Amino acid sequence: MSLAVETFGLSKRYGDVVAVEDLHLRLHAGEVFGLLGPNGSGKTTTILMLLGLTEPTAGSARVLGWDPTRQPLEVKRRVGYLPDSVGFYDELTAWENLRYTAALNGLSSAEAQSRIGEVLERMGLLEVAHRKVGTFSRGMKQRLGLADVLLKRPEVAILDEPTLGLDPEAALEFLALIRTLKRDGLTVLLASHLLHQVQSVCDRVGLFHQGRMVLEGTVDELRERVLGGAYRIHVEARGLEVERVLREVPGVVRVSRTEDHTYRVEARHDCRAEIARRVVATGELLALTVDRPGLDEVYARYFQQVESQAGGAA
Amino acid sequence: MSTEVARSPAQPAPRREGSPWTGLQAVVAKELADHLTGVRMQILETLMLLTAVGTVYAATQSIRQTIGEDPFLFLRLFTTAREPLPSFVGFLGFLIPLTAIALGFDAINGEYNRRTLSRVLSQPIYRDALILGKFLAGLATLAITLVALWVVVTGMGLFVLGIPPGGEEVARGLLFLVATLAYAGIWMSLSMLFSTLFRQPATSAMTAIAVWLLFAVFWDMLAALTSQALRPTQYGGVAEELAQARLHLLLARFSPNTLYAETVIALLNPAVRSLGPVLITQLEGAVLGTPLPLGQSLLIVWPQFTALVAVVILLFAVTYVLFQRQEVRA
Repeated sequence: MSLAVETFGLSKRYGDVVAVEDLHLRLHAGEVFGLLGPNGSGKTTTILMLLGLTEPTAGSARVLGWDPTRQPLEVKRRVGYLPDSVGFYDELTAWENLRYTAALNGLSSAEAQSRIGEVLERMGLLEVAHRKVGTFSRGMKQRLGLADVLLKRPEVAILDEPTLGLDPEAALEFLALIRTLKRDGLTVLLASHLLHQVQSVCDRVGLFHQGRMVLEGTVDELRERVLGGAYRIHVEARGLEVERVLREVPGVVRVSRTEDHTYRVEARHDCRAEIARRVVATGELLALTVDRPGLDEVYARYFQQVESQAGGAA
Repeated sequence: MSTEVARSPAQPAPRREGSPWTGLQAVVAKELADHLTGVRMQILETLMLLTAVGTVYAATQSIRQTIGEDPFLFLRLFTTAREPLPSFVGFLGFLIPLTAIALGFDAINGEYNRRTLSRVLSQPIYRDALILGKFLAGLATLAITLVALWVVVTGMGLFVLGIPPGGEEVARGLLFLVATLAYAGIWMSLSMLFSTLFRQPATSAMTAIAVWLLFAVFWDMLAALTSQALRPTQYGGVAEELAQARLHLLLARFSPNTLYAETVIALLNPAVRSLGPVLITQLEGAVLGTPLPLGQSLLIVWPQFTALVAVVILLFAVTYVLFQRQEVRA
């Protein structure tokens, strides 16, 4: 698979403050990559360097084979960027705003006309195309932002905090739109601090902490690596010796009773089938579910481990 | 190392590639459309039109009495004041800086506050195109406004006075337009500079207006006070008074208002022969009140005119550099 984005030891310092440190990022063409981490961990700075809007202090980058520092126009012709809390000219209509973007991309007016209609329709904004953007809701502006990105028919789309400030329903809708980008063959770089929200659309993620990418891989890989394949199984069952039975299941590490008939089981692997068999043999099984810990937990657990290791070493 | 191999496909170019003017036309077109349709400019343009009609009408009333005596009747339209109204040029001296400041005070910080800057700069353009486009669109707006005013004034003159302007009068009028544009350019690039320095449009507008007030109202007083303090007239001699007057003039000329006023006087009044103090001995053999040819008038104001243009370029250059070094993120 060819690489859409690659960085070599990319770093950015503002005086003594390190924004991004020694970043080696590799995005394969056609994947959705999540750049995840809390606010101020260097995600936006990384994006600005990839677009040539900020000069790196050290290191270099390649976006679709171009150097963003020296050939920013070539990069920006092929990469669409949706900034976090994107803004538009409120006194202009949606159509007029997009026409300005089209003109900046050097599109002919006939070409612009057809493309604007196309992207507005795709984002479901065609009915409000001639309304002033000042009257738009946050969700509409966000969709207009995505229309603005798609207008230049990019090969790579960079979306910074795309679901921030959206209500849950609008956020889900927006994530569905992002999935359609992947279907069209776009490479998507998604930066967000809402880990649980975006983990479902990302093929791979990189977790950022204080300017460094500390973990990288698919969500499952990270879960495996950090949580050591810990499974948390909830069992609801009636019976006299359920707790003892659960303890004897191979692979089970710990069992705790949370309510009258519910138990929490921690296990090394997914042993639901065995649990079901044994519980049914001695009593009544009412429910059996497994928790798959989200990225939030992976992230939190990772730093607990890092801290305890640091404490142990000292 | 694998990274070394991957690095090789395109060697880093020594300089940034692509023309800095890519997209300039799009920026100019958009900004010009904004200025010409914006409420802000429409109010100011209406105000200017009303003052033009009012002052020129008043001027024609007083000119009518002296018709036939003046070879440069048309230029009088601009400069004749009739109580209680000031002349057209006098009004312009107030309205032009105001309009120019209105055009520039939110040029850059407005883009930050609307959060449009990073979106616009992520299009395939350099920052150069954005700032230069805004500057050129502002100048074009001012030029359009000024030409329209000039046509209105000339048209009114034709209508009321009933005589066409001569070739030299038209030439002087056009040069006056160019000088006014340069003067307006100073205030526009100053307010653009403040819009790059300050994050709040209100701050940049107020600062630009404060600078304008300083030059319009207080500068001449300060120049007079300073020259009296530094070159006091103790014995009342001519040499002393001359030294004081020269220092006063020198200090006053640091103000763009003085430079503009001198340029306008010499261009619109062909009888003006000097902008500084003149000794009686220097006037020997001169026929007072006879007009100078256009070339000679132009020679008189050339330093002033050059200074006006130079200040515009300087202010814009500083703005340009500051904007290039600014972070895109607010």
